[in-house]
Amino acid sequence: MTFIDASQAESIQERYPEVFQRSFFKRFAPLLMVISLFLYGIYAVWFFEIPKAISEGHWERVGIYLSQWVSYDVQAEFRLEGDTITPKYPRFSPLGNDPKPDWVKQNSDRTVTVEIRGPSRAVTFSDTEATLTAHGESVRVELSGGKPTVSGNIRPWVSVYDEDVVADMGFAGEVRVEADRVKIRKRFLGWANFIFDPQSPFFGKSIGEVMSLVTTGAQIEPGRSNLSLAIDNFLNNGEWQHGDVWVKLLQTIIMAFLGTILGAVVSFPLAFLAARNITSSRFVNQSFKRFFDFLRSVDMLIWALFFTRAFGPGPLAGSAAIFLTETGTLGKIYSEGLENIDDKPREGVQSTGANHVLVQRYGVMPQVVPVMISQTLYQWESNIRGATIIGAVGAGGIGLKLWEAMRTNKNWENVAYMVLLILLVVFIFDSISNALRSRLIGKPQH
Amino acid sequence: MTFADPQPQLQSSHDIAESWRKVVARRRMYTGLGFLILFIGFVGSVRFADESNAGHFFDRLPHLFDFLSWLVPKDWGDVWRALFDIASPNDKGGQEFNFDQGRVYIWGDFYIPEYFELMIITFNVALVSTIIGFIFAVPLSFMAARNLTPSNPLRIAVKRFMEFLRAFPEIVIAGLFSAILSIGPIAAIIAISLHCIGALGKLFYEVIENVDMRSDEGMRSVGASWMERVRFAALPQVLPNFMSYALLRLEINIRASTIIGAVGGGGIGEELKLSISRGFGAKTLALVLLLFVTIFAVDQFSAWLRRRLVGENAFLLKH
Repeated sequence: MTFIDASQAESIQERYPEVFQRSFFKRFAPLLMVISLFLYGIYAVWFFEIPKAISEGHWERVGIYLSQWVSYDVQAEFRLEGDTITPKYPRFSPLGNDPKPDWVKQNSDRTVTVEIRGPSRAVTFSDTEATLTAHGESVRVELSGGKPTVSGNIRPWVSVYDEDVVADMGFAGEVRVEADRVKIRKRFLGWANFIFDPQSPFFGKSIGEVMSLVTTGAQIEPGRSNLSLAIDNFLNNGEWQHGDVWVKLLQTIIMAFLGTILGAVVSFPLAFLAARNITSSRFVNQSFKRFFDFLRSVDMLIWALFFTRAFGPGPLAGSAAIFLTETGTLGKIYSEGLENIDDKPREGVQSTGANHVLVQRYGVMPQVVPVMISQTLYQWESNIRGATIIGAVGAGGIGLKLWEAMRTNKNWENVAYMVLLILLVVFIFDSISNALRSRLIGKPQH
Repeated sequence: MTFADPQPQLQSSHDIAESWRKVVARRRMYTGLGFLILFIGFVGSVRFADESNAGHFFDRLPHLFDFLSWLVPKDWGDVWRALFDIASPNDKGGQEFNFDQGRVYIWGDFYIPEYFELMIITFNVALVSTIIGFIFAVPLSFMAARNLTPSNPLRIAVKRFMEFLRAFPEIVIAGLFSAILSIGPIAAIIAISLHCIGALGKLFYEVIENVDMRSDEGMRSVGASWMERVRFAALPQVLPNFMSYALLRLEINIRASTIIGAVGGGGIGEELKLSISRGFGAKTLALVLLLFVTIFAVDQFSAWLRRRLVGENAFLLKH
C-alpha cells in the first residue's frame, strides 16, 4: 500500500493543472444550472398561476370521477303521498324495467327501509318522518310542516338546506330527504349493462340462460336466429356501443398504418437523394433535408386541421396528416441511417462494374433495410398514440369518441373502457413490434 | 481429436450452389409473401378509411385545394398585421380582422402581440413538462436499469409503471384534469409531464444499461453506497446523453402541447383550431407561420446543442 504525502500531491497538481484548477464556468456550471432551473420554476409558478388554479380546483370531483370509472349509480325516488309510498325508478336503469330490488324493504308498519350499504347505512321513512342511519349514528328528520327539519344534533355527514336534508353515505351513495319525497342515489361497483342493455331481451339473464336461449331456445324475433340477435344487441348496446367503439379503434390503428406505410414508401427513395454519401450533389441533399424538416415542422396538428377541412372529418384526414409528418420523420431517419453505412460493400459491388441502381440494391440495402424496418415499426407504434390525439381535433377514430365521452363529464366509465382497449392495443403492438425488431436486428430491445 | 465436417452432405460445388439457390428461393418467397400481405392490408385499409370518412377520397380530391381559396388572403399585409397585432384597414367589425384587440399590454404602450403570448404559453408548457419529466425520470431510470438497480422486483415494478405512463392516452389525463382544474394549460402540463416521465425514463435506463461498469466496480471496491455509485460512477457517463434526450423530448413536447392545446389545453393550438374552423385566412397563416418558425428554430437549436453534447450520431428519434 502506498500513500501520497504532501510534496507528491503538489507535484501531481503541478503536472495536471487542468484537473485541479478548472475554469470558473466548469466548476460552477452544475450550480448555475440548478439555480436557473429554480428561478425558471418560480417564473413558471407565477406564469401559470399555479397556486390559484390549485386552490380553485374542484378537488372533490377527483373522487367522484374516479369512482365513476369503476362503478355506476342507480337513482330512485320515493313519493310520499298520504299513506302510500310510491317508488319511482328511472326508465332503462340497470335494474331493469320493473325492478323490485332487495335493498328496498316494505316494513310491516307501512314504513320503507332503503339500505344504501347493508343495514348500517340506510334510511327508514314514512310520510311523517325519516331516520337516517350511518357511521353508527341515527338522525331523525321530521317531514310534517312543509319542509324537512332535523330533530336533535346535526351530524357532520348531514347537510341541511332550505328545501332538503342531504345525508352523505360515502362511496355507497347519498340520501336526499324533501318534504314530499325521498331521493336515493346508490352506487354499485362494476360496469352496468356491459353486455346487454335493458332494451335487449337478453338483459338480466345469466350466461347459462343466454347460452341455452341462443342454442336451443325459440326464436325471440321471428325470422332471425337468437345468436344473430344476441350479437346485434351486444354490438349496439345503447350505453357502451361496443361495435362503434371497436370500429373507431380500428380506424385509429388504420390511420396510423396507412400514414406510416405511405410515409415509408415515399420517403425511402427520397432518403437516397438526401444522403450525402449516396447522392453527391450538395444542393440536392440539402434541399431534400430541408424539405423533410419542413414537413416535420408544420406539425401533425396543422396537417390534421387542414385535411379535416379538405376531406371532412374521418380517418382519411388523419391518415393524410400522419402521412405528411411521417414522410418528414422517416426521411430524416432513413437518410441518417444511409449516411452511417459501411462504404466497403458499395465499393465492392461498384468494382464489378454494376450500374448505379444495382450498387444501391446489393451494396447499400442489405445494410440498412433491417434498421429501416425496425424504425418504421417503432414509428407505427408511436403513431397509434399520435392518432388517438389528433382524432380528438376531428380526424376521427377513438380520440374523438374519447373526447366526446369526457366532455359530458358523466360517461367516465366509457372513458375507462376505451382507455383499457387503447392500453391493450398499444401493449399488443408493442410486443409484436418488439418481437419483429429483435428478429430483424438480432438483439433484444425492450 | 478431429472435428466432424460441419456439413458432410455438401460434397461438391454443385451441391453448394444447389443449396444456396434453395435458400435464396425461400427468402424471396418470404419477402414476396410479406409484400403481398402488406399490399392486401394496404388496399383493405384504404377502402375501410375511405368508407368511414365523412367525405370520400375521389369525391373530395378535386376540392383538395379549395381551402386554399379562403386561406390566401386578399391583402398579404394582413398576415403581418395579424402576427403583430396592428390594426387592419380591412377591419369592418367582426372577428376576422380584429387584430389589435388581442394585445397584451406590459408597460405603457408596449405590448406583446396575442399570438406571441399564446406561443409563449405553449412553449412554457412544453419546457415545464420536459423539466418535470427529467427530474422524475432520472431517479426512476436508475431504479429500472438492470446493472444499477437496488433490487430486482423494484426494477420490474418501475419498468411496468413507466410503460403504463407511456401508453396511457395523454388526452384522457388532460381531459380529467381540465374537468378538475378548469380548462387551461395546467391540465396540459400534467398530461405531458406524466407521458414524458415514461418516455424519458425508458430512454434513460437504456443509456444506463450501456455504461462502462469499470468505474462502478472501482466505486464498489472502496465501499461506496448506492447513491455514491450512481453519483460518481454512472452519472458523469450518462449525463450528456440524458441532456440530449431531454432536448429531443422538448421538440416532441412542443408539438404535443400544441395538439393538447387544440383539444382544450389553451395556448396556440386552440387559437389555430378556432381560426381554421372559422375560415380566417390571414389569422391562420400568421399562426401557422409562427408555429412553423418556432418549431423549426427549436429543432435546429436542439440539434446543434445535441451535436455539441454527444457528437454527430446523436439523432435517435423515439417517442
